[in-house]
Amino acid sequence: MLEIGLAHYLVVAAVLFTLGIFGIFLNRKNVIVIMMSIELMLLAVNINFVAFSTHMGDLVGQVFAVFILTVAAAEAAIGLAILVIYFRNRGSIAVEDINMMKG
Amino acid sequence: MIIQALVFYLFAAVAIASAVMVISSKNPVHSVLFLILCFFNAAGLFVLMGAEFLAMILVVVYVGAVAVLFLFVVMMLDINIERARQGFKQYLLIGGSIGLVLFLELVVILSSSFTAPDAVATAAVPIPDMDTVHNTRALGQVLYTKYAYLFQACGLILLVAMVGAIVLTLRQRDGVRKQVISDQINRSREESVEIKKVSSGSGI
Repeated sequence: MLEIGLAHYLVVAAVLFTLGIFGIFLNRKNVIVIMMSIELMLLAVNINFVAFSTHMGDLVGQVFAVFILTVAAAEAAIGLAILVIYFRNRGSIAVEDINMMKG
Repeated sequence: MIIQALVFYLFAAVAIASAVMVISSKNPVHSVLFLILCFFNAAGLFVLMGAEFLAMILVVVYVGAVAVLFLFVVMMLDINIERARQGFKQYLLIGGSIGLVLFLELVVILSSSFTAPDAVATAAVPIPDMDTVHNTRALGQVLYTKYAYLFQACGLILLVAMVGAIVLTLRQRDGVRKQVISDQINRSREESVEIKKVSSGSGI
């Protein structure tokens, strides 16, 4: 219990990832919170990468975490830009209103 | 040892609690602020694990850029909070059951053995001793040599994202008066100045 090992960090990451999934289902009327949930999931993945990296003594995991961070930042920027123009056109950010293409 | 454990539990508990608040708080602004708190605590966990550079990058990139971007967008959009809360209870059951199943699956995976004992010897880039080479230096020595092309690709991704975000949100409004410099300097004397002979006492 007091010896903090790999499993502790993996449990924290698992809880954060589950909360991210849960948030996507919970906030169907608010795309911004859905994007925050995606950020939470990416953070959980990063915690997993760094935990394994330091536990195994391999630096590549941290290098990969840097790349994930970059992609997450790009994703957030593009997603929020799409959200802004979507709100400008429709005046709403609910998921079920995104149905103009009948997909 | 016990201090490390206490600090870990503190960071982990606050991170998870603020993650819960992110997905459940009524006001999206509060969600963003709790997301920032969650990122700070995750950075603390990274420091505990010995990845200081990533911790600082997390604070700079996520808190300084991404979360502030979220905050801008949340404050810019005029969201109807009451409407955004509709269907919350309806999705609570299905979302909770799916999340629970996923979490149980993850626990099952974690409780089984997940590391091979000889995997440490096969590390692609072994972490050097922290007393001689600190984390930032070690990461830089790998990132700019072995993974230089991937690093450049990351820069390219960011460039494309930046251009895409600008192109998406830029709009030309109608009825806005703008200065057109080429028109200004291309005016000739004939079309801009008119000389009238005014006889005294009569006006134009």
